[in-house]
Amino acid sequence: MLAPVRDPMTPTPARIRKVRRETSDTFTVHLDVDGRDGGFRFAPGQFNMLYVFGVGEVPISISGDPGAPSELVHTIRAVGTVTRAIQKQRKASVLGVRGPFGQGWPLDKAKGGDLLLVAGGLGLAPLRPAVYHVLEHREDFRDVSLLVGARTPEDLLFRSELSRWQRKGRIQVLVTVDRATPDWKGPIGVVPPLLREARFEPGRTLAFACGPEVMLRFTEHELSRLGLGADQLYFSLERNMKCAVGFCGHCQLGPAFLCKDGPVLRYDRVRPFFLTREA
Amino acid sequence: MSGHERAILSVEGLGSLLQAIRQEGYQLVGPTVRDGAIVHAEISGIGDLPAGWTEEQEAGTYRLRRRDDGALFGYSLGPQSWKQLFFVPRMRLFQARRKDGTFVVDAEAPKPPRLALIGARSCDLHAIEVQDRTFLKGQFVDPDYAARREGVFVVAVNCGQAGGTCFCVSMKTGPRVTQWFDLALTELLDGAHRFVVEVGSERGAEVLAKLALQPADEGDCRTADEVVERTASSMGRKFETEGITELLYRNLEHPQWDKGAERCTSCANCTLVCPTCFCASVEDVTDLSGNTAERWRRWDSCFTLDHSYVHGGSVRSATRSRYRQWLVHKVASWIDQFGTSGCVGCGRCITWCPVGIDLTEEVAAIRATDGKKEP
Repeated sequence: MLAPVRDPMTPTPARIRKVRRETSDTFTVHLDVDGRDGGFRFAPGQFNMLYVFGVGEVPISISGDPGAPSELVHTIRAVGTVTRAIQKQRKASVLGVRGPFGQGWPLDKAKGGDLLLVAGGLGLAPLRPAVYHVLEHREDFRDVSLLVGARTPEDLLFRSELSRWQRKGRIQVLVTVDRATPDWKGPIGVVPPLLREARFEPGRTLAFACGPEVMLRFTEHELSRLGLGADQLYFSLERNMKCAVGFCGHCQLGPAFLCKDGPVLRYDRVRPFFLTREA
Repeated sequence: MSGHERAILSVEGLGSLLQAIRQEGYQLVGPTVRDGAIVHAEISGIGDLPAGWTEEQEAGTYRLRRRDDGALFGYSLGPQSWKQLFFVPRMRLFQARRKDGTFVVDAEAPKPPRLALIGARSCDLHAIEVQDRTFLKGQFVDPDYAARREGVFVVAVNCGQAGGTCFCVSMKTGPRVTQWFDLALTELLDGAHRFVVEVGSERGAEVLAKLALQPADEGDCRTADEVVERTASSMGRKFETEGITELLYRNLEHPQWDKGAERCTSCANCTLVCPTCFCASVEDVTDLSGNTAERWRRWDSCFTLDHSYVHGGSVRSATRSRYRQWLVHKVASWIDQFGTSGCVGCGRCITWCPVGIDLTEEVAAIRATDGKKEP
C-alpha cells in the first residue's frame, strides 16, 4: 500500500500585510499566516515557493525572523515575470505559498565557535534569519562577523539594521560597495578582501555565504588562504526550480538537488561541479 | 500453483490468462504494432500482440522486421517504456478560482484505471523501481504517480533475444525477470509454441489458478532457462561501470565531451525515450476572464535551454554542458542521489539518438583517456 498524501504542489493563499520598498528594484513583503497553527515556522536559510494567481511561481528565500513566526517575510528583487507581478501587489492582496522547503544554515554546528556570514547583494536576504538567530542566541557563538557587499550604497539592503546589529548585537559588520556615492565613507571593492579584517580563528570557524557565484568563488579562495577547509564553508545556491520537492529535476548541481539537499550546501559536497563552468 | 513453481501455458492459454486478468478489473496495456514500431497501448487480448514481428536496432536505427515464426514477444524493446503510464507527459496539477478577494485551490483527485502491464521486460521493471525512488520514496510523494502506480499487475517476459543496443547484463538489470512481477513468461518456440510461466506474487498465483495448468516439466524449464541464458550472452553492448561516479566527476572537462557535443543536436530524444528520466516543467495559465487559473505539468528535458534558466540566462547555455549534464546525471550523480544508477541498460537512448551517440562508447572513451584535459 502506498501512503495517502496531500498534494505538495498545491499553494496555500496568504494575504499581504505590508510591503516595504528596500531599494530601487528590491522590496520586502510581510504575509499573514493566520491559518497556520503556531505561525509559519522555518529554519534560517529555508525558502518558499511564492505563487501569483495565474502568473507563476518562484522560489524565494525567507528573510524574516525565525523567532517571530506570526508573519512570513520575503525580500524579493523584481527581475522576472513572477517577481515583477509580486512587486505590483499591494497590502491585502493574496499570494500563494508552498513551503518551507530545503536545508538551511547549520547554526547548530556553528555553536561554540566563530561564525562568518558573507553576503553579496540580495544574498543578505537568506542570511538575515541567521543574523536574527545569532542576536537571539548570542551567547552560543564566539566572534560573529557579517560581511556585506552591494553595487552602490543605494543598493544596500537593511541598512538601518546593519548598524543596529553592530551596535547592539556584538556583531562585527563590514560593508563594502562596488561604486561609491559622495556620502559613502566605507570601503570600496568586492567582499572577499574584507575577510582579512574579520575576527575569527580558522580552526573553530564556520562560514555561511550567499551571493553571486563569482563572489562565492573568490570567497572560497580567500577563506581557503586564511585556513578554512572546504568542510567549514556553506553556500546558499540558486538554480531553476519548478517543484521544490525533488520531482522536477531542474535544480540539480551534480549530486545535489538544491531544493531538498540545499539551498544551503556544504561546499565540499559540490566542489567539482561548482568549479566547473556550466555544470 | 505457489512460490516459484513453473507451469506450462499454450498460446490459447495465454489468451485465457489475459482475459482472466481483465475480468479482475484491470485494463490491459501491452505491445502492439503502430506506425512502424512496437508501442505500448491498451490491448484487448493476444490478437493485438505483435505476432511474428521483431526489430533491428542499432545506434540511430530502428526497423521492424518479419520473423519466420509467430512469436508474440519476439522483439526486444520499442521506443516507449512504461513511464508515460505513471509519470504522464502532460497533466493538470490543480485549478484555482478567485473567490472573496482570495483564491481557492481545487486539487486534482486522480482516479486512474487499474493497469496490467503485459510483456514488461526486466530492464523496464527496474526502471519503474528507479522512478519510484524519485516520486514515492523521497521526502515527498507525488500523489498522481502514486495513484497510477498503486496495484499495477505485471505480466513480465523474459527476453528471448537481445536488441542491438541492449546492455542489461552490464547494468545487472536483466534479462531474467527476478522481482516486481506477478507472473513472468518465457516464450518457447521449439516445437509447439508455448510459454513457461512463473509466479511472482500471491495475486499472480490466484489468477493463474483459474486456468488449471499443467506444471512445466524439467525439459521445458531447462529450455526456458537456456532461452534467457542465450539472450544474456548476446547483448548488443557492454558498459563498464566500475568506479563510474568518480571517473566522471574527475573528468568534467575531458575533451570527449566536446566530441559528443559536436554531434549532439540537443534534440532531447534520449531523455524522452529514457525509462527513468523524470524532469518536468510547470505552466501556469488563466482563462480569458482571469478568474480561473490552472497549473499544468509537462515533461521537460535537460537538453532545453529553459531547463537551467535563472534570471539573466541559462546556466547550461552550451550543448556540451547540457549533454554532459544528461550523461553524468544518468550514470553517475544519480547513484549519489538515489543509491542506484539512472541507467538500466535498455539502450533506447542509443537507438533513438538521431546521430547515434552511444553512451557506452562515450564513457569508455573517457575511461580509456582518464584525466585527459586538452583535445
